[in-house]
Amino acid sequence: MSSISLRKIKKSFGALTILHAVDMEIDKGEFVVILGPSGCGKSTLLNVIAGLDECDEGQIVIEGKDVSGLEPSGRGLAMVFQSYALFPAMTVRRNLSFGMEIAGTPKATVTEKVAWVAKLLQIEALLDRKPGQLSGGQRQRVAIGRALVRSSSICLFDEPLSNLDAKLRAETRVELKQLHETLGSTMIYVTHDQIEAMTMADRVAVMHKGKVEQFAHPQSIYEKPASLFVAGFVGSPAMNFLEGRMDDAGRFVTADVPIDIDGYAFEGARPSGEAVLGLRCEDIVVVEPGTPRSVPAKLAFTELLGADALGWFDCLGKRFSVRLGVEAARSMHKEVGLRFDMAKASMFCAVSERRL
Amino acid sequence: MTAATVRRGTAFAPRAARIGLYVFLVVSAVFFILPLLLVIMNSLKPMEEIRQGNLLALPVNPNLEAWATAWASACTGLDCAGIRPGLWNSIKITIPSVVISTLAGALNGYALAQWKSRHANMIMLLITVGLFIPYQAMLYPTVKILSTVGMFRTYAGIVFVHIIYGLPYTTLLFRNFYVGIPDEISRAARMEGASFLRTFWSIILPISTNILVVVAILQFTGIWNDYLLGLIFAGNDNLPMTVQLTNIVGNSRGVANPNVNMAAALITAIPTLVVYFLSGRYFVRGIAAGAVKG
Amino acid sequence: MSTWLNRQAFRPDVTVAVFFAVVALFFYGSILWTFYMSLTRSTLIPNYQIVGLDQYVKLFTNQRWLVSCLNMVVFGVLYILGTLAFGILLAVLADRNIKAESLFRTIFLYPLAVSLIITGLSWRWLLDPTTGLQALMRDIGWESFTFDWLTRSDRAIYTLVIASIWHSAGLVMVIVLAGLRGIDNDLWKAIRMEGIPLWRAYCQVIFPGMRPVIASCVVLLMSEVIRGYDLIIAMTKGGPGISTEMPAKFAVDFYFARVNLGLASAASIMMLVLSLIMLAPYFYSEFRRRT
Repeated sequence: MSSISLRKIKKSFGALTILHAVDMEIDKGEFVVILGPSGCGKSTLLNVIAGLDECDEGQIVIEGKDVSGLEPSGRGLAMVFQSYALFPAMTVRRNLSFGMEIAGTPKATVTEKVAWVAKLLQIEALLDRKPGQLSGGQRQRVAIGRALVRSSSICLFDEPLSNLDAKLRAETRVELKQLHETLGSTMIYVTHDQIEAMTMADRVAVMHKGKVEQFAHPQSIYEKPASLFVAGFVGSPAMNFLEGRMDDAGRFVTADVPIDIDGYAFEGARPSGEAVLGLRCEDIVVVEPGTPRSVPAKLAFTELLGADALGWFDCLGKRFSVRLGVEAARSMHKEVGLRFDMAKASMFCAVSERRL
Repeated sequence: MTAATVRRGTAFAPRAARIGLYVFLVVSAVFFILPLLLVIMNSLKPMEEIRQGNLLALPVNPNLEAWATAWASACTGLDCAGIRPGLWNSIKITIPSVVISTLAGALNGYALAQWKSRHANMIMLLITVGLFIPYQAMLYPTVKILSTVGMFRTYAGIVFVHIIYGLPYTTLLFRNFYVGIPDEISRAARMEGASFLRTFWSIILPISTNILVVVAILQFTGIWNDYLLGLIFAGNDNLPMTVQLTNIVGNSRGVANPNVNMAAALITAIPTLVVYFLSGRYFVRGIAAGAVKG
Repeated sequence: MSTWLNRQAFRPDVTVAVFFAVVALFFYGSILWTFYMSLTRSTLIPNYQIVGLDQYVKLFTNQRWLVSCLNMVVFGVLYILGTLAFGILLAVLADRNIKAESLFRTIFLYPLAVSLIITGLSWRWLLDPTTGLQALMRDIGWESFTFDWLTRSDRAIYTLVIASIWHSAGLVMVIVLAGLRGIDNDLWKAIRMEGIPLWRAYCQVIFPGMRPVIASCVVLLMSEVIRGYDLIIAMTKGGPGISTEMPAKFAVDFYFARVNLGLASAASIMMLVLSLIMLAPYFYSEFRRRT
């Protein structure tokens, strides 16, 4: 049984449609990241799940029960907010216990649970402070604690790390992942940061303009993006794209240069018409100019990244990024050839923008 | 302060201009102080001194006789009990009016800040316009409504009128404060299962201390200084000090007892002046906040 | 209490509805009622038969009403311009890094805490020619000094202007000062780098940027003008003669002293219309900006 089912969720504000019939099945204990640029509807979707926003159409089923009409507190969820949203006038202890106090939980249970969470997150020393006296990282822990203390089997996160500095963000990422493994609860995590999505998620839902473009394991999102948008949004540097069309001989033609695409596994039959070829920077090999099955290219510049390097080449009227070893980058010649690894490439229909 | 010194330092203005600036400020200060000084001085003069000199002459033998008369035996119409009963009336009118209109304004202000609707703007417009409606256009119907329920010219009636007439103002002040508080706090409370009223009571009110003080001070000053509503709605047994003061002054016919009149005026002014001097910062902030109504 | 609070849903709607009902009934309902009354021949007792605009015709042929309106215009223009000029000047000076700024500010602002009744009484005493300022000047040897505006029907209105500027200048000062303090320091640095003279910097750079602040001052002062009642009662009682009568006093007198309900209602409605006309440009720009 899935933990959460979203069925045809629609939501609009006036003339503006935020969510177009979103469907999603989330399994028990899964860590799902909803990834997308700002304005794609991901936060609205989370708020709709939480019950903080009402959807216009559709159904939300949590653990077999339709909760569409219920108040947030009746849905058995917990939530961590981007700005933490700690209650400013209350101590950390009261922040943690407030929800249970409202629910009428017996005092002894409350004390026990607060102690458990404080120990789990190592915030015991902060319990009697007010939020104003805490650092950003400490507030973050309290916010997480407030969500955990409710022992909900489902926890929602709305960009919880975006207000932390880079180092703390990396540490908290790891801790959250461990926490998920310890507790085994279902987590839905909204972010625009693809590193968070890649590192933490069991499955990633990439959203664009109110639709889920692809809902899959992070590695398959990276390797086999389902649409042109996903291919462009995920990965850094961005995927290299070549616009062209399929000719009668089954080759891909761009800028009048035919490219052999043997080795590419099409989803269906070999198509025809306008298409886009996408290549990750690590799926391009630099070879001697004139090597068979290569295209001529000219080196523009290189960027040293420490562990490896990026070479930027002008080729077929486009600029390509290619991942290189540091040594290779230092001794790179001006005139080279580039060979594409078609087994790892992606091809998209130029009209529907879906994967071919 | 270093930055301010850089930008507004003496290098910007020659010495003569600087002196002119202080002269102007001091003359202005005299202009502002003069009326208060006049009233204080004369309230301390015995009657003979008043008769001999002009009002701006310094008192020769200052004493508190006029204060005593104003307090306990000056005549307002037929009674001669001084302004003392007015003080008590003003206190018992002002305190509940301020407390209730401030707290109700806070609740309404929070509700309006949380209320997301297409009509929200329309309602804001109606309430803001409500601030500028002349009382005269509402007086008579209010009199009728209150007499129908037997509250016209009663203690409950005047308190009620102050609360109702103050409500749009306090509501807008609080609403403007609450729209600045991150919405996520209310959403978090809602996730925890807190109701709207519970959130207001446990989460929002405890972080509103400053604005509560500001609004309460503004309301205190406004209600204590009110004349028209007290005159119409309070009834003879509950007349506030401002009305009693005009009765004392009117009763003594012009210059008959200026020292007593002035003592009475000072006694009436003291509460708001004390609040002003004690709460300067809040008072200033309140005025600046009130200025950006709507 | 605690459990009751918990049982409610998270809905601000009920609170908004109750509040709006109060505003609708007591404010807008009252206005409609007053308007209705203004269309009848009601005197002491309300008369519910509509007779049309008779009361408005009577109003605009009433000498006292016409004088009241004229007085309000003269008073309003002088008061608003005077208060703005004085208040802005004080704010600019107070912003020039002066010594004892908080002392000066306290002095300029305290009249706001004083009721208009006491303001009116104090100025009446101060300007009374036989005992006040004029008497002092003559006592100290300036025999020809004359300042008897309070008792002259062609000048008394200006004494009201002086007293009300005294009461409100601090308000404008505080609001404008808050605006000046909000100006980015870099703007001042740029002004100095460009070598712009100070007065031009204020007139052409600083004040144009503060137009909304000044507009809200004007709105506040306008509503004071239309509502002005207490000050007149305390200072001149409308006299000498009817030389300082104003619409607010006209309406109250006709409601309660002369019990002519219809005419008083017509006067009140005219006051309301006047306020709305004066405030319309402000509300228009405010609410258009917001949506």
